Amino acid sequence: MYINFILLYFLDMKGDIKMKKKSIIGLVLSAVMAFGVLAGCQKADASKEDASKKYIIACDSKYAPFSFEEGGKYKGIDVELLEAIAKAEGFEYELKPMDFSAIIPGLTSNQLDGAIAGMSITEERKKALDFSEGYFESGLSIVANAKNSSLNGLNDLNGKSAAIKKGTAGSQFAEDNQSKYSLKLNYFDDSPTMFLDVENGNSDFLLEDYPVIAYKIKVDGSSKLKIAGDKLSSVDYGFAVNKGKNAELLKKFNDGLKKLKENGEYDKIVGQYIGK
Amino acid sequence: MQLLEILKESLPSLTTGILVTIRISIISLILAFILGIILGIFTISKSKILNAISTVYIYIIRGTPLMVQAYFIYFGIAPLIAQRSDPMVCAIIAITLNASAYMSEIFRAGIQAIDIGQMEASRSLGLGYFKTMQKVILPQAIKIMIPSIINQFIITIKDTSILSVISIRELTASGQIIVARNFKPLETYAAVALMYLVLITLLTLLSKYIERRLHRGHKSV
Repeated sequence: MYINFILLYFLDMKGDIKMKKKSIIGLVLSAVMAFGVLAGCQKADASKEDASKKYIIACDSKYAPFSFEEGGKYKGIDVELLEAIAKAEGFEYELKPMDFSAIIPGLTSNQLDGAIAGMSITEERKKALDFSEGYFESGLSIVANAKNSSLNGLNDLNGKSAAIKKGTAGSQFAEDNQSKYSLKLNYFDDSPTMFLDVENGNSDFLLEDYPVIAYKIKVDGSSKLKIAGDKLSSVDYGFAVNKGKNAELLKKFNDGLKKLKENGEYDKIVGQYIGK
Repeated sequence: MQLLEILKESLPSLTTGILVTIRISIISLILAFILGIILGIFTISKSKILNAISTVYIYIIRGTPLMVQAYFIYFGIAPLIAQRSDPMVCAIIAITLNASAYMSEIFRAGIQAIDIGQMEASRSLGLGYFKTMQKVILPQAIKIMIPSIINQFIITIKDTSILSVISIRELTASGQIIVARNFKPLETYAAVALMYLVLITLLTLLSKYIERRLHRGHKSV
């Protein structure tokens, strides 16, 4: 590549070369230079590929306590479990936080190798994705405004408006029961705006996974929200990959998870946030 | 054939979505048009106060993204004002404010494109300022402004997709919700894109018709 620079320098020295010839040579040299840079990049990438595959793994961009940003870094149960498992199993990955509704399309289009995003294992999702062993047991809760004394459980939902997050198990429950309870559905893209809508009184309740609301109430102190009634369901969270792809990654996750549960690190990570 | 199956299933939901898009667009654009004219007049007026009002307004609205404005109005301001707010109302307010800032600049540019000689000639014939505006300046200015106005209309219609963040279930949001169920983004979003395309093409054809009528008998480059 440096040869090009030296040649260009000499070209300038010979001032009597005609302009046209000079510009043609200049063009050819820059094309060769560009090609050289690209070829150099290719070589670097190829050697990296040979060494170890770097998986692209997504998490939810805002889903405390599983994945959220604090002080410029991402942390949470999902993030830290993945970090520990990758270390135990010896694989490299790049974490990509994103909106939940973009994660499953990302997996099915193979733009993501895997995802750990507080994703409930459901029969519906199993049609398109492969899941690891459940890494966290959860369930849906009805959450209402703390000042709302009339909403205390499943029986009080008739004619109410629900704030739900697109693509979640909560939205599935709401859609399945929409006609039964004459619900009005308000769709949001992320958990924070979904919570805000109930806090502000524009929606009567929301459906969220139990640990998320438990963490929020713990962190908020004076709570604007309350859990109404018992858990609606019991469901496991799983690490997901596109159906039929990345089977080795899935196996590594399962193996690593088992190791963490055996050596106590799993309880340590989860206990940090849920305090169970 | 699977593609047709997907489209058939999605069509009712997408149709509901596009009706919401159209409804918000029409109401907001009519309001923004009126507000835009008022602001345009403020900007070119001789009164320093009116100038200041419109300048500050345009700076703020053009200087912040629509999504931030939508969040601010629905999650920030509305809870302070009302017990319960309708996201639709907040959405229309956000789009109206946003579009009016850009419209007012279009109006200002259109009016100022008319040679000052027109105003001088008309005033010297005895017509008042507002009469001149109404009978001489604006008719000429509107002809110039039509392409820019239609352009802004098109931008605003597509901007309504941003309102999904405040729970407005317009066309794009309907697409997202469908994809969350059928896991088929390619087919679903292709259908969504097609529906936007049809809507905006109809608007473009309408604008071409209007331009043709206005430019009848008028030669130009």
